[in-house]
Amino acid sequence: MASLLGRFCRKLVVPGSAHGSRMVSTTACDSEAVKSLNLHSAINQALHIALETDPRSYVFGEDVGFGGVFRCTTGLAERFGKNRVFNTPLCEQGIVGFGIGLAAMGNRAVVEIQFADYIYPAFDQVKRVFPTLEFDFSTAEFLIRGFNSQIVNEAAKFRYRSGNQFNCGGLTIRAPYGAVGHGGHYHSQSPEAFFCHVPGIKVVIPRSPREAKGLLLSSIRDPNPVVFFEPKWLYRPAVEEVPEHDYMIPLSQAEVIREGNDITLVGWGAQLTVMEQACLDAEKVLDFIFQLKDNWFKVSNMGLELIMQEGISCELIDLKTLLPWDKETVEASVKKTGRLLISHEAPVTGGFGAEISATILERCFLKVKSLRFNSSRRD
Amino acid sequence: MALSRLSLRSNRFLQPSSTTAAALPSSLRRHVSTDTTPITIETAVPFESHLCDAPSRSVETSSSEILSFFRDMARMRRMEIAADSLYKSKLIRGFCHLYDGQEALAVGMEAAITRKDAIITSYRDHCTFLGRGGELVDAFSELMGRKRGCSNGKGGSMHFYKKDACFYGGHGIVGAQIPLGCGLAFAQKYSKEEFVTFTLYGDGAANQGQLFEALNIAALWDLPAILVCENNHYGMGTATWRSAKSPAYFKRGDYVPGLKVDGMDALAVKQACKFAKEHALKNGPIVLEMDTYRYHGHSMSDPGSTYRTRDEVSGVRQVRDPIERVRKLLLSHDIATEKELKDMEKEVRKEVDDAVAQAKESPVPEPSELFTNMYVKDCGVESFGADRKELKVTLA
Repeated sequence: MASLLGRFCRKLVVPGSAHGSRMVSTTACDSEAVKSLNLHSAINQALHIALETDPRSYVFGEDVGFGGVFRCTTGLAERFGKNRVFNTPLCEQGIVGFGIGLAAMGNRAVVEIQFADYIYPAFDQVKRVFPTLEFDFSTAEFLIRGFNSQIVNEAAKFRYRSGNQFNCGGLTIRAPYGAVGHGGHYHSQSPEAFFCHVPGIKVVIPRSPREAKGLLLSSIRDPNPVVFFEPKWLYRPAVEEVPEHDYMIPLSQAEVIREGNDITLVGWGAQLTVMEQACLDAEKVLDFIFQLKDNWFKVSNMGLELIMQEGISCELIDLKTLLPWDKETVEASVKKTGRLLISHEAPVTGGFGAEISATILERCFLKVKSLRFNSSRRD
Repeated sequence: MALSRLSLRSNRFLQPSSTTAAALPSSLRRHVSTDTTPITIETAVPFESHLCDAPSRSVETSSSEILSFFRDMARMRRMEIAADSLYKSKLIRGFCHLYDGQEALAVGMEAAITRKDAIITSYRDHCTFLGRGGELVDAFSELMGRKRGCSNGKGGSMHFYKKDACFYGGHGIVGAQIPLGCGLAFAQKYSKEEFVTFTLYGDGAANQGQLFEALNIAALWDLPAILVCENNHYGMGTATWRSAKSPAYFKRGDYVPGLKVDGMDALAVKQACKFAKEHALKNGPIVLEMDTYRYHGHSMSDPGSTYRTRDEVSGVRQVRDPIERVRKLLLSHDIATEKELKDMEKEVRKEVDDAVAQAKESPVPEPSELFTNMYVKDCGVESFGADRKELKVTLA
């Protein structure tokens, strides 16, 4: 599975940034030392590096001390001490608020929410539309408020409402998300769409171990609060060659994993594995005939003959960062192919696919020949 | 438990001594299980109270009640053990949180209240469901995701409900049921029917902010809400001393009175719940902390031995097991003989095995059930499966 993804190694160039951490430009798979790792090990490595390179970074959450329920935090407490890697009581609202407070004092807080399904107490239902200047607190009140504070109303708007005096950019919230087969109602949710509606935070979702390590390091070092969703389905089964050194993958840059001409497929996280397989299937002629019967494409007779000889060539894009998302890459691809298929795990209505389709239609209205949604969840 | 001399004498008066029991015809011996003459038993551990007067340690009960405790707890224990092996043979999928060790709580509470009082609990709900009158076969069917299940196979282990017994489930998110429970109490206050709500949560959930928010409102508005902390000393793998600054959960209500109860003693639980119900109807919310223990790990994926020693678990089993306690009580009061109790356990075992067999025969829900019960009829919203062409239904 992951070998398919790993096949498409690309040049990863990391632009300079203001953090002072080591930036490397890595070429695909060859020069640096790599190790075969699965997703939780890659994330573990990223956390080790993050804590090593910044002495003011902390990792905490429920049960992270012994390694976490998904083994993402193994070895951290032993190596960096219980002052920097510690367990919290069972209170998501408190955990995130605590993280915001730490971050507001200039530290890097990497907070773990045990399952994305539990993130809602930290979400803050009371949504104020515009932050006002009345809420200009002193530091002490920030911290007190920090204990009651939640992602949407506190983390996202800190910098804005304090007129850039304070911020909680050092905050990264990690949460396993997505279906895993036996999760049921409360261990399978994909809440990314809720967070994409909040200006001020970033939402990042890796698709594979190598991506996860680079994206997590970028997220931790990004000067904005980031919500990092990890596809729990891939924790153990997805294995890839992951470089052992410190590297970062830029945020808000989508990647064209697979080039094609007939249709653009956009996705993120574990769904890309499914889509990769769909691309391979689409290239086969027999499958194409079935699809044609369902009017999936409207093609001219000549076009039909052409495609019958060659199958369907799909361009697969991994969005990686959902907020702010790379509109340009997707737009360029749709202008080339004229067709867009978005696939994600979350329910279709109000899902992030809706945002992508609206934006792309707006930008490429005349070029789009067909537009489809696909979700593994019932809507 | 200390014996009241009066009760012993009256007991002997009503029932032949155990040495002649075997010689008597069975009709006379059977008489004991329906004997409702009051017996008074003292609880072993005193109640600790916060902002209220503790109830008396002398519990009014009867032979038939104690016998029913034994039978019900044995049934619950058997059910959980059967669920364990069903999970290991992959007939139960997903999550399974077992309640064995904590049975006294479920039976003791039921003995003090009516089926019109509401109970709401967390995901460790199998035995609570049984206590509310749930059938074994419905429980097993739901665990295995079959149609016969109490939630039609759509809820699973964590979502058992029983409307006619006012059992509001069965909730997966830790602590989320607490404000719900206070809401139920709010509705009960409006109805003026003198019923209460028991909201159960664990020591892990006791640190959730929503608990304190709900408590404040319940106290402010004098709601008949009883918040019961099932303190089994471990929030998944975290011991109470590592998660709580103040592990005296019954005092956490601050301005709300509280009571600490030996949760392994069914009679103490009964007394406390009776007291709490009277209190809640007169004075508003009260917090009960039940000192209990679970033998299994947090769920079936937790061996339960990485954060506590096997000696600790077996120690509790030997000294504080709720079923053994009741067995000793029954034997020392001559309410039943060893053999009768063993026979009862055999009957229970067979009952459970039959229920499992019956549940296995129940079919899995139809695929169309994926789309039912989302909205009420006539909403007209359309729902799609993985492919927008297939499985298209109009949500009913």
